[in-house]
Amino acid sequence: MLGTLTLLLLCQLAGELAARLLHLPVPGPVLGMLLLFAGLLLRGGVPAAIQDTAGGLLRHLSLLFVPAGVGVMVHVSRLETEALPIVVALFGSTLFGIAVTAKLMAFLLSRGDPRLEEEQPAGSSAKGDRT
Amino acid sequence: MSADLHQIWVYLSASPLAGLTLTLVAYQIGLWVFEKLGRRPVLNPVLIAVILIAGTLSLSGIDYRTYFDGAQFVHFLLGPATVALAIPLYNQFQEVRRSALALVVALLVGSTASALSAVALVWICGGTKVTILSMAPKSVTSPIAMGVSEQIGGLPSLTAVFVIITGIVAASLGTWVLNLVRVKDWRARGFGMGVAAHGIGTARALQVNEVAGAFAGLGMGLNGLATALLLPTLYHLIWG
Repeated sequence: MLGTLTLLLLCQLAGELAARLLHLPVPGPVLGMLLLFAGLLLRGGVPAAIQDTAGGLLRHLSLLFVPAGVGVMVHVSRLETEALPIVVALFGSTLFGIAVTAKLMAFLLSRGDPRLEEEQPAGSSAKGDRT
Repeated sequence: MSADLHQIWVYLSASPLAGLTLTLVAYQIGLWVFEKLGRRPVLNPVLIAVILIAGTLSLSGIDYRTYFDGAQFVHFLLGPATVALAIPLYNQFQEVRRSALALVVALLVGSTASALSAVALVWICGGTKVTILSMAPKSVTSPIAMGVSEQIGGLPSLTAVFVIITGIVAASLGTWVLNLVRVKDWRARGFGMGVAAHGIGTARALQVNEVAGAFAGLGMGLNGLATALLLPTLYHLIWG
């Protein structure tokens, strides 16, 4: 666990350094992700310890957004005066974005390989538990 | 006695311990409610946690800054967690490579559709320019979104709030929308969630299916890159 955390932080640090030194508009953690990904490709596998710790961290990914979410308190007055545009835009664009991306992707994938349509676990599992 | 209590209160409300504990407890309650009431996506644990914490802070008169001094330790882990997304990505690399072209096209169209529809809807409904600019990068993960927001003249902290609400909307209603447009492919479902709703969408996808989770992580990473590169450029083209 400790080794994995160290590795993740080292990748992030390398990413931050690269972003700043090379003046890339990409955030450090994203570069760190690419770096770790390249490392895994070179190594040709994910060690079990890394698989476990990273899995544990990612299982609770949504917890990590809570502190920033509470920041809603600071913006209450703006959210009140501009409630309509904000609510309409957040709901509308998010759902529109998901639908457009997924539909287009599904269409392109099924064109690329017609078999895949049937291979997918179509209406088989419980509807409510799908992403 | 009451003087003692007062001193303890002063100590606790200023130390990181209280904010950190509050965050974890509120999230646990959110998870518990989510599990107990049948894992309905509308009962998103993040949403429940945010409401509980904001309520507690308002009632006890603690300001957000003080709370964040403690909660920042949780917030900080967003960085290593983003790096860790390389692992599901690697696990699904064969799948990813086979669908590379579809991924790139869906990414560019989906990313643009999310950002432009958000901007257009705020504008049509009469929002201010600051709100419009803060809204534009809201589909990508908060560190990236806040950076882009600052570059184009939005309010980074307002953007962070929009980012989180976007994630909660997607985690709560994404399943419904994906069923509505009848997308069954896990790769496409996950990718849509990741592109439109970053880490919270990805967390939701990971809960449901490993393939969907990997593609969501990929969508989140790729849209982070795309938005960081394209949005400032687009902004300068439009506003000069």
